[in-house]
Amino acid sequence: MTDTMLEVRNIKRDYELAAGLFKPKKIIHAVKGVSFKLERGKTLAIVGESGCGKSTLARMLTFIDEPTGGELYIDGDKMDTRLGHLTPEMRQKVQIVFQNPYGSLNPRQKIGDVLGEPLSINTNMSAAERRERATEMLVKVGLGPEHYNRYPHMFSGGQRQRIAIARALMMNPKLLVLDEPVSALDLSVQAQVLNLLADLQDEFGLTYVFISHDLSVVRYIADEVMVMYFGEAVEYGTRDEVFSDPKHEYTRTLFAATPRADVESIRARIARKKAAAAA
Amino acid sequence: MADTMTDIDNSPEVLSSGAMRRQMLKEFWFYFSENRGAVIGLVIFVLLVAVALLAPVIAPHSPFEQYRDAVLKPPAWTSGGSATYLLGTDPVGRDILSRLLYGAQYSLFIGVFVTTLSLVGGILVGLIAGYYRGWIDTVIMRLMDIILAFPSLLLALVLVAILGPSLTNGMIAIAITLQPHFVRLTRAAVMAEKTRDYVTAARLAGAGPIRLMFKTILPNCTAPLIVQATLSFSNAILDAAALGFLGMGAQPPAPEWGTMLAEAREFILRAWWVVTFPGLAILITVLAINLMGDGLRDALDPKLKRS
Amino acid sequence: MALLQIENLTVEFETASGWFRAVDGVSMSVEKGEVLAIVGESGSGKSVAMLAVMGLLPWTAKITADRMLFEGRDMRGISPADRRKMIGKDIAMIFQEPIASLNPCFTVGFQIEEVLRIHLGLDKKARRARAIELFRQVGLPNPEERLNSFPHQMSGGQCQRVMIAIAIACNPKLLIADEPTTALDVTIQKQILDLIMALQAKTGMGLIMITHDMGVVAETADRVVVQYKGRKMEEADVLTLFENPKSNYTKALLAALPENATGDRLTTVSDFFDGNPEPAPSAGLGVTA
Repeated sequence: MTDTMLEVRNIKRDYELAAGLFKPKKIIHAVKGVSFKLERGKTLAIVGESGCGKSTLARMLTFIDEPTGGELYIDGDKMDTRLGHLTPEMRQKVQIVFQNPYGSLNPRQKIGDVLGEPLSINTNMSAAERRERATEMLVKVGLGPEHYNRYPHMFSGGQRQRIAIARALMMNPKLLVLDEPVSALDLSVQAQVLNLLADLQDEFGLTYVFISHDLSVVRYIADEVMVMYFGEAVEYGTRDEVFSDPKHEYTRTLFAATPRADVESIRARIARKKAAAAA
Repeated sequence: MADTMTDIDNSPEVLSSGAMRRQMLKEFWFYFSENRGAVIGLVIFVLLVAVALLAPVIAPHSPFEQYRDAVLKPPAWTSGGSATYLLGTDPVGRDILSRLLYGAQYSLFIGVFVTTLSLVGGILVGLIAGYYRGWIDTVIMRLMDIILAFPSLLLALVLVAILGPSLTNGMIAIAITLQPHFVRLTRAAVMAEKTRDYVTAARLAGAGPIRLMFKTILPNCTAPLIVQATLSFSNAILDAAALGFLGMGAQPPAPEWGTMLAEAREFILRAWWVVTFPGLAILITVLAINLMGDGLRDALDPKLKRS
Repeated sequence: MALLQIENLTVEFETASGWFRAVDGVSMSVEKGEVLAIVGESGSGKSVAMLAVMGLLPWTAKITADRMLFEGRDMRGISPADRRKMIGKDIAMIFQEPIASLNPCFTVGFQIEEVLRIHLGLDKKARRARAIELFRQVGLPNPEERLNSFPHQMSGGQCQRVMIAIAIACNPKLLIADEPTTALDVTIQKQILDLIMALQAKTGMGLIMITHDMGVVAETADRVVVQYKGRKMEEADVLTLFENPKSNYTKALLAALPENATGDRLTTVSDFFDGNPEPAPSAGLGVTA
């Protein structure tokens, strides 16, 4: 068993825009040959703005979309990524947590059933066993057994995201892809969910691919960082490397654009404003 | 990013399924009862159901019994009327009130039968069209377009002419003409829900197409379907009455309201009560159901919800 | 005289489970040329309070206030016709979702000229000239061509610039920006914020910046109001707020920022309130440093 949990070699994704009456066929290269390796138990953060291809990459890693080219290795095994070839074993290896806590849960399904669904489809557990496992997982993510019978709209955004995390963990995956899991959450709730993710990573030995556009979050949780721009990985290194010495110009633009919430910057801004007013 | 401000329930007690259902019913009633017309419609509809169920008990006479000595008697409150036949009698001496009461049974039965048929058929076809898309979708939707292109009554007449005039054939014909509305609604709802994250999540958990269609997506499409079903109910009653009026639906001596109108055609000027009361019955029923449907839409449409 | 003065504003909505208080006794004021940031999480009532001032809340809302004055004029009992004369002209507002805030059926040129026609009564030629000038001011390239674009043909950042152009078209005295950059990418966010601040510095208009992002507060505000669940938790100038917050909630917010993380765990709001989720407003409320 190698120590590399996830390896991606030159993965590509193209979209074809159908040729209209007056338009020639156009191909959009959403992801243009990305490669990286991720060790067991570590967190890779993928950073980028909208349209850079990070969500497309996430969908390919979790077999939602089929790559147009390249290879995907999870836990040393090459994955057959063709559509329709998704096996229960593959499902057990990697799961995804979506960005939108309000769309990722079925509004008409009690969350006990939401958690039990992967088990009822893929295993032969009895209803009682499924209920027990689901309740166990609910407690692990910080909710309670009393929440088993409730519907998603009775929960706040942060709680829904916890449920989504619990659902992803029901099949005991080793690799978790999180597509901007805290972007839609308030700051205080964000902290709770990030703490939860850190705890779960320690307890279960999980490997995370964490997609975000928020550099402060990335700085806090990532071991390795990859910056994407227009489908390409323009920067890739450890967190400290990337943050202390960004090599690509886009990375530097990104860092410069992030608003700083510290006292020194405020002082500097006020001084600038006074100077401009006096002039 | 707005949170649903009032719905977060952090109470630690176990909410039983029963208690939760009561809570959701209470919220539903809050929105429904704001529309006074809808409540009135609901009351009238409930009365109608009660009348239909109790017709054998409360009707003063049998709907088929012909009283030869009381032919074309006017209503009780006019001159020449009698209290035995409160709303008068028809050209062969049958009590109109009793016929109306029994007619409610027919109307409700027609509404339920037709709506169920077109609902079930429409949902199945719409699910397949919306989920699979591609050529199946094209074929199905063009078929529905063809059905929609016909005036519904005309199509029903053609079908009945082929199959033979009877209430059952009339109901099947009307169900076919109402089906495209359900197909369209279901297809649109399925296409909208298919792209949502929770469907992807279910697919990732290993759900196959059948489970996805019926257990995951369909429960989320019910609101517009319920509203359309209510409107189809009233449409069905109206169309069945029209068919009956044309002699192509329920055949005499069935006390169906439309058939009653057919039999009374020649007496419009001579004996207004034979025509007016069945017509009023149809009008009130259809109006009540439509008002109810309006209220249902206001209560079930999540976009109109206020908290 | 303060530009905008609100005292004890309360907004309630009728819901299926009783009256819900979205804003609970909030008071604040904005002076001419000042930038006030209202920061809070979702459910804090920060947007609702400003919408109440603008009169943009649905009829189901109950609004009460001891004082709600704009330039000394009482906004509480104002007639709809008088309000319409002020909104868009003296007080302007820009919203969070730029593409959704523009009418998808009309070109952006039509929409900005609409404002000029109604509030300033300019004729066609003057309107077009002013529209081009405004588009140039907000940094839209090729303004003459842009006038004929539809909102869906433009990016989020460009639409937000159009919104800003519409908002400043009549030289408003007060601009309310409701999370104007939340839906935008980080690099675009910086451009839009810079644009808004530059316009504010140039015209000297009052600016209320509603946001949940402490970084935006740090980069734009002169004074800050912190709201939580409809109540005002703290009000202070920006430096004091970050250096020396008085309210427990503000302390918790600042501590929860990932950049302020010490050690392995992030401090959460509940670490500041032992068990009681409702932080009591700290003493010294409403004291401006």
